[in-house]
Amino acid sequence: MTLPVVEARLEEPSLAIDPALTARWLEAFLRDELIERRAIGRAVLGLSGGIDSALVAYLCARALGPENVYAIRMPYKASSSSSLTDAQRVVDALGIHVETIEITDAVDGYLKHAPDADARRKGNVMARTRMLVLFDQSARRNALPVGTGNKTERLLGYFTWHADDTPPVNPIGDLFKTQVWELARYLGVPTEVIDKPPSADLEANQTDEADIGITYAKADRILNMILHGYKDDAIVARGHELAEVRLVRRRVDGTHWKRHLPTTALVSSTAINEFYLRPVDF
Amino acid sequence: MQAALVQFKPRKGDLAANLDAMRGVFAQLADGPVELIVFPEAAMTGYFLEGAVYELAFDAPTFAAKVDAQWRAAGGTRPVDVAIGFYENALGTFHNSAMYVRCGGPDGVHIVHVHRKMFLPTYGVFDEERFLTRGRRLSVFDTPFGSAAILICEDAWHALMPTVAALKGARLLIVPSASPGRGLGGNGELESTTRWKALLASAAAEHGVYVLYAGLTGFEGGKGMSGATSAYSPHGDLLQSLGPLDPGIILVRLDPAEIDLARATMPLLGDLSAVLPDLWLDEEIPVTRRLEERP
Repeated sequence: MTLPVVEARLEEPSLAIDPALTARWLEAFLRDELIERRAIGRAVLGLSGGIDSALVAYLCARALGPENVYAIRMPYKASSSSSLTDAQRVVDALGIHVETIEITDAVDGYLKHAPDADARRKGNVMARTRMLVLFDQSARRNALPVGTGNKTERLLGYFTWHADDTPPVNPIGDLFKTQVWELARYLGVPTEVIDKPPSADLEANQTDEADIGITYAKADRILNMILHGYKDDAIVARGHELAEVRLVRRRVDGTHWKRHLPTTALVSSTAINEFYLRPVDF
Repeated sequence: MQAALVQFKPRKGDLAANLDAMRGVFAQLADGPVELIVFPEAAMTGYFLEGAVYELAFDAPTFAAKVDAQWRAAGGTRPVDVAIGFYENALGTFHNSAMYVRCGGPDGVHIVHVHRKMFLPTYGVFDEERFLTRGRRLSVFDTPFGSAAILICEDAWHALMPTVAALKGARLLIVPSASPGRGLGGNGELESTTRWKALLASAAAEHGVYVLYAGLTGFEGGKGMSGATSAYSPHGDLLQSLGPLDPGIILVRLDPAEIDLARATMPLLGDLSAVLPDLWLDEEIPVTRRLEERP
């Protein structure tokens, strides 16, 4: 008699989230950080029309009440008009405040002095201009800027340093892009926003996945395994192309600096954050 | 014995505000039948202090006096036992400790026992041994309910710790904890909480002891303390638990007869006592560390 044989699965760290629990956790985080720790009940966020900022708008509205959420649309002249429309869908669905502040004059005012700027430099100028607007609009409203960067783009370095990453709190920075999609679906973010290809919208027809060279679905699984310490051959054994694994690992390894504060020369035994250690909420 | 397990949400580093909140808890419980009140690890300061731990650590008598003062100020006119985690300054050696202290007595406050956390997590998000010294002994002590032991957070993750406590006679395990919640893939519950509940229930069932777990709650710099304060019977049953995010109190009655029943039905502790010498004397287990073996 031949006995039946079953093969055990290869262990792979899961990307699954319980969206209800996740929403509850992140809303509590926002309330604790804004209301209880800082006594600031209002949030300001840049609403691009993309899924990340849409999701953060939903979380803020649920945590703080829609009357305490201020969405700022900051289009540049080259921005897609559908971005404004998609941002409006989120505003209409939530009943949050919205203001549109075009950054074209500010960006072009500087770029007159930098005629050789290529697309990458222009994109960084736009991102840093939006950061400037966001912080000033927060000060105007006695509100706190809330960040919208997700874990995937943070790990891949697909953001402008000291721009997208500057708000003092970020509810979705430990969620991979595919988890952002799942949570957004659960919270009822408009399908037009969820289903469109993610884009930084710095140039016409730009998409994240074309820029990065891999789909988010694949990148997230590979990133998750890299973060758990899996070597390349172990990731390949779980069904990924070696070239894609190397692409992702190269981006992670080349951008550790973007996930830190500036490097400071240590010359004393009281160097801040090296010897003198205090938690951010102390 | 009736115990109260307090899921506490401190303000980071604000001792005065946290003592005020403790007084509020005491006021709520002062008139009731509660004989033991259990607070979480680092309850009066918050858990992640980094270098500020040296500013907020106290010698045990000073900290005990603060707890006792809150009980009396809250109208506690009878003695009550309190188990609570705190950062301890033991003559310049710093520990993550928890004390079992009798408050409100006619002769003042009496420290029954201080346990110094033995397993200091220093990996990932944790950095305890950078700032603290580990405890060297797991002791049991007398309470109105019988012998008890304190295990602080990771202490309870090592199956040997509840085992040693039970072998030493503990009938009650008190577990003050501060556990940053992680793992959102569970079904309505943090994965870290599911793991906690499984290991606490397992410790209770294997040894026939009550397990009382008090968890810190609230966010500390993005890290959400996962609460999940809970009580387990000597049969390993979850008697009650709180969710992750809000402060609250569990009231639980401890009945010594349940321990007898559990151990009569499942005499695992007795079996272990009988077999332990054979296990312990097995020279293949690297238990003894002789001087000449040290590098």
